[in-house]
Amino acid sequence: MRSKVVFRRLLRNNQARYGFVALVLLVGLAYVGPFFGAYDWTDKDFLSFLSPPGGDHWWGTTSIGQDMYAVTLRGMQKSIIIGLLVALISTGLAAVVGAFAGYFGGWVDRVLMWGVDLLLVLPSFLVIAIISPRLREGTWLWFVALLAAFSWMITSRVVRSMTLSLREREYVLAAVYMGIPRWKIIFRHIVPNLSSLLIIDATLNVSGAIIGEAALSFFGFGIQPPDVSLGTLIATGSGNATGYPWLFAFPAGLLVALVLSVNLIGDGLRDALDPGSNT
Amino acid sequence: MSILQVKDLTVTFPGGIEAVRGVSYEVERGEVLGIVGESGSGKSVTSLAVMGLLPKNAVVDGSVQLHGQELLGMKEDDLVKVRGKSISMIFQDPLSAFTPVFTIGDQIAEAVRVHQKVGKDKAAKRAVELLDLVGIPNPNLRAKAFPHEFSGGMRQRAMIAMAIANDPDLLICDEPTTALDVTIQAQVLEVLKTAQQETGAGIVMITHDLGVIAGMADRVLVMYAGRPVEQGPVEDIYYRPRMPYTMGLLASIPRVDGEEGPLVPIDGNPPSPAALPPGCPFAPRCPMKVDMCDDEEPPLTPFGGGRHVACIRAHEIEHKNLTGTDVFPVPVIPPNEVVRVPRAERPTVLELDELIRHYPLMKGAVFKRRVGTVYAVDGISLDIAEGETLALVGESGCGKTTTLQQIMQLQPPQGGRVVVLGRNSAELDKAARKALRGDLQIVFQDPMAALDPRMPIGDIIAEPLRAHGVKDDVRGKVAELLRLVGLAPEHAERYPQQFSGGQRQRIGIARALALEPKLLVLDEPVSALDVSIQAGVINLLEELKNRLGLSYLFVAHDLAVVRHLADRVAVMYLGRIAEIGAVENVYDRPAHPYTQALLSAIPLPDPEMERTRKRILLEGDLPSPADPPSGCRFRTRCPKFARLSEAERRRCVDEEPSVARLTRAVDHGAACHYAEEIEVITASENQEEE
Repeated sequence: MRSKVVFRRLLRNNQARYGFVALVLLVGLAYVGPFFGAYDWTDKDFLSFLSPPGGDHWWGTTSIGQDMYAVTLRGMQKSIIIGLLVALISTGLAAVVGAFAGYFGGWVDRVLMWGVDLLLVLPSFLVIAIISPRLREGTWLWFVALLAAFSWMITSRVVRSMTLSLREREYVLAAVYMGIPRWKIIFRHIVPNLSSLLIIDATLNVSGAIIGEAALSFFGFGIQPPDVSLGTLIATGSGNATGYPWLFAFPAGLLVALVLSVNLIGDGLRDALDPGSNT
Repeated sequence: MSILQVKDLTVTFPGGIEAVRGVSYEVERGEVLGIVGESGSGKSVTSLAVMGLLPKNAVVDGSVQLHGQELLGMKEDDLVKVRGKSISMIFQDPLSAFTPVFTIGDQIAEAVRVHQKVGKDKAAKRAVELLDLVGIPNPNLRAKAFPHEFSGGMRQRAMIAMAIANDPDLLICDEPTTALDVTIQAQVLEVLKTAQQETGAGIVMITHDLGVIAGMADRVLVMYAGRPVEQGPVEDIYYRPRMPYTMGLLASIPRVDGEEGPLVPIDGNPPSPAALPPGCPFAPRCPMKVDMCDDEEPPLTPFGGGRHVACIRAHEIEHKNLTGTDVFPVPVIPPNEVVRVPRAERPTVLELDELIRHYPLMKGAVFKRRVGTVYAVDGISLDIAEGETLALVGESGCGKTTTLQQIMQLQPPQGGRVVVLGRNSAELDKAARKALRGDLQIVFQDPMAALDPRMPIGDIIAEPLRAHGVKDDVRGKVAELLRLVGLAPEHAERYPQQFSGGQRQRIGIARALALEPKLLVLDEPVSALDVSIQAGVINLLEELKNRLGLSYLFVAHDLAVVRHLADRVAVMYLGRIAEIGAVENVYDRPAHPYTQALLSAIPLPDPEMERTRKRILLEGDLPSPADPPSGCRFRTRCPKFARLSEAERRRCVDEEPSVARLTRAVDHGAACHYAEEIEVITASENQEEE
């Protein structure tokens, strides 16, 4: 079976194995870790401001007495959720838009690809930076939607060109000649046959989204206080990085580890699904 | 003294996959050795191993000696001097064998200069000479052309020219004509014979086409599961095969000289090289199997008269003089009930009337303008009565596939009419079109591409049922369909990759039959299958037609299969019908010069007949459908046109012939002003007996 073969190849790949183990540990840390810490992320310890890592506060405290351990894990939770959601939405959008444009061709193709081109030329960082403060009252889900809206275009072009070749496949023609509606053909025969591309793309999008979130939050355009994410933590910690390194090192280190492990899995998946691509 | 001596050659790929398991053969000067076998039998790997062209992870053992010099284990630097000089290879796909960025002449000249110390201008001159030798018109001019400007047949000729550039002692041809049309194949084989005469080289000819081998080879080596199972002079192999596999192979090929009765298929599939049976690899499929066959693999033992056979019952076969039809069970196909009614009284299921499909030829990136028209289908008319098989034959580019698409789309055509089951496609609304699709289904050529790899076959077969609103007992119907095409209902859970080519084609047929159609369109349904598998699928199609009362529109380029399966045949040339009529009429008394050439070009799997028959060789290639000749489209290649007087020719140039009924026959028409029935295929013996 193909899925078994892919799985076996994935396990044989050292990079992917390390990435997978690291990711499981990191996600476990983010969600299980807080139960072991002595403090909640909203707690403030007024007895110790800016105390270095030690027995009571494992990763030290911030300038207002928050427990760094609890806050960082909370921020990582948010970053992971944002990463997953953005990847899911943007890959889904890319698949649907690309497949429809490629399969229908004609004016559908032209309109959709015109939209793609338009989004590609817009400076996404700037647009998000302008819009997101106006949505301050709304939830952070708006922010997810914005991030997703600007990260699907390239993939959708790849999907479109692959659809163009899948469209001529005989099993797709057979479905047409059976009288199956075209939108059904897209979801039943075209998108599943692009799944290897889409899985790889979604994985790599996770790390892209985490970085994007961190970057925007760093400049204050993303997650708004009192909520925290790795980006906001890095932003606040960076000013004092030399004096109080624990404020900066823990969130930044976790961000690097998270993105690296996801990327390793993505590369491993690509090699496993498409063995010819790495030679 | 033999040129090439291969001894106990074995090739093992990583994972313990033994692709070649002990091949020995010798080739002498001027001799043609044919290696036959089905896909996966190791015939190509053998020749790649001889050339030293296998990937590094393949382990090659044994001995390959060229003029007594061992090639295996030779350093790459030394091997380069042998390759292309003493041994040359001709590949199947001539397009990928040339670099697209250099001209053909430069590439041939380069081949000359690599091995000989000659000047640039001399090498270029030699290239032109070689192109002239292989029959390329205007070699001076064509030497400056790029590979994409050559047609498939011309490229293969150029490939031959390159292969013989250094006067090699041995030519290895790996399926040299498989990718070509029959008329071009005949030309290329002719060139190959010239090339051999010119160089006196020995040839190793690898192919699955038993007809080509019959015409070319002096000795034949039959391979099965990585080992030779029979070896001997060509007449012995064809007339007195002594290994059941060879016998079955010869009995399973349909013949263009028409032997009636069902074909004899070999059951089962060739074993996978990763999981070979314990004893004789052919034992699981062999009808003559005894218990001893499973004990050990029979070695290739001498049998007298330069023959070698790997079968423990070979002497028994010799003694009783058995043939393939004696040994293999001949399937019984129920008779067709519908054909008892005369054709004129049966309803018409498909009618094409002056069907036209032209494609515009566009140029320019931003502002597209029309620079010409491709006349893909240019006015063809035909009809199919209920219970009948009409075959549409022709070479690639003649418009067969376009015609099919026009029918299957059920959209109003550009010109003319398509009438399916009495309903004109131009007058259908959406609902009626969908309903009609249930009665009109298609089986595709490539069994790999026709099934969605991500769906289990149960879902694949159920798809048309669900699309047409069948809700109850879909599983039961799928199981029934699987049984109908000779597969087990338990297979419904598996994915297409787990099936062999023949089984996949059966799944495709089951899917097409799911809606109980009345007309089945078969787009080259067996051309991608191995011979032994092909016979089973042909029999299945015949049986289904008779049992279910289907009508077939059968598109094919293999005229032997057509003769076997079809009732009527329409020969297409450049978007028009050249000749149409009942199979017996068209095959036995072809009237159009094109049909005559086509039929005479098909190799017969019979060495004696193949070597004595006269060929009508066509010149040149198919003209571009964007710029067809005026008047009769075939006149540029027509052997008859060349013999006509000036006055008679005028008519061919000015006036386009339409299909006219020939006076003597009831169902036979040809589109030729000077149609004249002649016999091209000598009737085979048992036909004469009748």
